[in-house]
Amino acid sequence: MTLQFKPNETFRSDFAYGKSDADLLRFPFPFPEDAYMYSVNIEPHVRGGPTAAFAHVFDIDEHYVAECRERALVLAEDPKRCQVLPHMEMAEWDTLELIMESLAADYPDHFSLTKAGDLWTWVNRPLGIQQSFTFGEAHTLPYGPFEYITRQAQGDFTLQDQRDDNLYVDGGMVTTQADWSLEFNIGMTFHEWHGPVPLAHEKGVFDRALKYLLRLQYGRPVRRLNWTITINPRLDTSPENYPVWGPDRTTVTSENVGEKVHLRVELQTLFRLPRSNAILFGIRCYLASVADLARVPKWRRRLHRVLRDLHPEIQAYKGLPRYRQMVLDHLAPFDDGAPTSPGIQSDLDAL
Amino acid sequence: MIADGPIPLRVHDIESLSPSLKRFSLTALHGGELPTAAPGAHIMLTLRGPDRVMKNAYSLVSPAACRDRYQIIVRHVAQSRGGSAFLHQGIRPGDVIEAAPPVNLFPLSQSARKHLLIGGGIGITPLLSYLPLLKARGARFELHQISSAEDVGVFERLLAPFAPGQEIRIHGGGRGAFDLAGILSRQPLGTHLYVCGPRPLMDAAASTAAALGWPPGKVHKESFGEAAGGLPFKAILARRGIEIDVGETQTLLEAIEATGIAAPCLCRGGACGECRLPVIEGEVEHRDDFLSAEEKAAQSAVMTCVSRARSARLVIDF
Ligand code: FES
Repeated sequence: MTLQFKPNETFRSDFAYGKSDADLLRFPFPFPEDAYMYSVNIEPHVRGGPTAAFAHVFDIDEHYVAECRERALVLAEDPKRCQVLPHMEMAEWDTLELIMESLAADYPDHFSLTKAGDLWTWVNRPLGIQQSFTFGEAHTLPYGPFEYITRQAQGDFTLQDQRDDNLYVDGGMVTTQADWSLEFNIGMTFHEWHGPVPLAHEKGVFDRALKYLLRLQYGRPVRRLNWTITINPRLDTSPENYPVWGPDRTTVTSENVGEKVHLRVELQTLFRLPRSNAILFGIRCYLASVADLARVPKWRRRLHRVLRDLHPEIQAYKGLPRYRQMVLDHLAPFDDGAPTSPGIQSDLDAL
Repeated sequence: MIADGPIPLRVHDIESLSPSLKRFSLTALHGGELPTAAPGAHIMLTLRGPDRVMKNAYSLVSPAACRDRYQIIVRHVAQSRGGSAFLHQGIRPGDVIEAAPPVNLFPLSQSARKHLLIGGGIGITPLLSYLPLLKARGARFELHQISSAEDVGVFERLLAPFAPGQEIRIHGGGRGAFDLAGILSRQPLGTHLYVCGPRPLMDAAASTAAALGWPPGKVHKESFGEAAGGLPFKAILARRGIEIDVGETQTLLEAIEATGIAAPCLCRGGACGECRLPVIEGEVEHRDDFLSAEEKAAQSAVMTCVSRARSARLVIDF
């Protein structure tokens, strides 16, 4: 499969970002039914799913080149967005092996990996990279192995060490995050990291999720979708960067609400890594504006119903109250009350 | 890596290490690289004997870097008629065996200051997979292998490549002469203990360590996990009026799916709650993390992805 990349897209200042029809239809719309509540919505990460975004181990789309450039910009301003504690070195190599082997197998037109014993050669055609190095020897790469490969991947990644029946966030590459900070969270346990999510703790969601993840097996990754709302197609909505993106929220008007307000979806994947027994957590971010989503009849009906009926505490946690009514007013005329099919697929072959 | 089902392996080579020990080298049947198997990992082999199919787990002794073959060492116990006897007597080079992808329930700690390894008999196998990595990393470790007198020679040969300059000792006098408490009590802070061997040895090591104040998170016993299966039973889907046999190595969910009926499920690991079905009759052995203790005691629902029947029959409202 050959992708047409859009290398000139931006995720800041002028926000030169758009979705092709095919890119919109592959969007992992996060609501399988017309109402939303927290649950342990984890399922096996098998190849294939309701949209094309689930077809590969790591999903690459038309925004790949531009997202890698955005990551490099963030790291140039703030190198602490990538940190790995020293005992995670084995997990770094595990990550590099997993991502390189997966991309080379899933996108042979764009990536290749050849090995002669420990001497590996990696070719990344979209980014124009060819690199020979010795597996296991970090000094043969321009960055540490984890940073090296995640600079060439879409989405954020964290590394969890498993010890004392808990998971510790002991590393990460975090530049495209919904409002959380690696610098603040590094070294935390699973529960500390998930902090004060309303209602979820009471429902025991995190206790069950932790037990499940402690048993996660190599070769049997799992996935789930998470969502929030972001103003403008901005990838970096970190706490560090709040002065830059915070004011965006005051710019929404009833005229621009369709273009400004974006549904931000994280396709989260979790992989047990072989050598280190650590867990790699992939947080792949997708953005679609309300106007884009309104082009898909099922999605616009459902988005309207979910946001209209959303529990007030979840609304507040997701930062919705300020512009929720504008979004509802925008979507209400599109919602004819017709029933929607279960599941997240768009029910369209083309737009 | 996403495992796409069992891995067919060809028996490449069988090497006799001693009258009772054989080392098997298994390569990918269709060529290419095998999934990376970390130190401490095991594979579950499906062994098709003349009169029954056996599933046996074996620790891998090959290092993680070795992607072209998996190696296991198998002990044949006199009188045994199980999978290990079958491997010793019924398997020849060139034969094909199926393996599940490697699973690691006995990994090395990434933050230990020192690793204390204790093996009993054939329990040496996962420790053998640790040694190349510990040596390559220059990690501090100490290994004690408990052995019967006749096995001392073979264990010496297996450990010889790692022995120079290392604290590796073979105790040929068996358990009786082995000073477990003495060894545990002289370890520096930050040491992790790994023990593999007969169950009494592992239990003794764990309780001695606990008595000496070792934190439980620093004591690792080899494990192949709880068997996913259990005793076979009959499931009756009352609404459909059908009866299903749930086999020893199958989950209830898999058995329902095998009949072509789509049953609700999501995580397939006892966490999400999606697969819950009401129970009309029969006793459930609950293995999930979803139902509350009261719900479990009430015996009115079963999570089909992990739980089984304790009784011979389970009648489900489905
Ligand atoms: S499928 Fe999730 S609990 Fe059974």
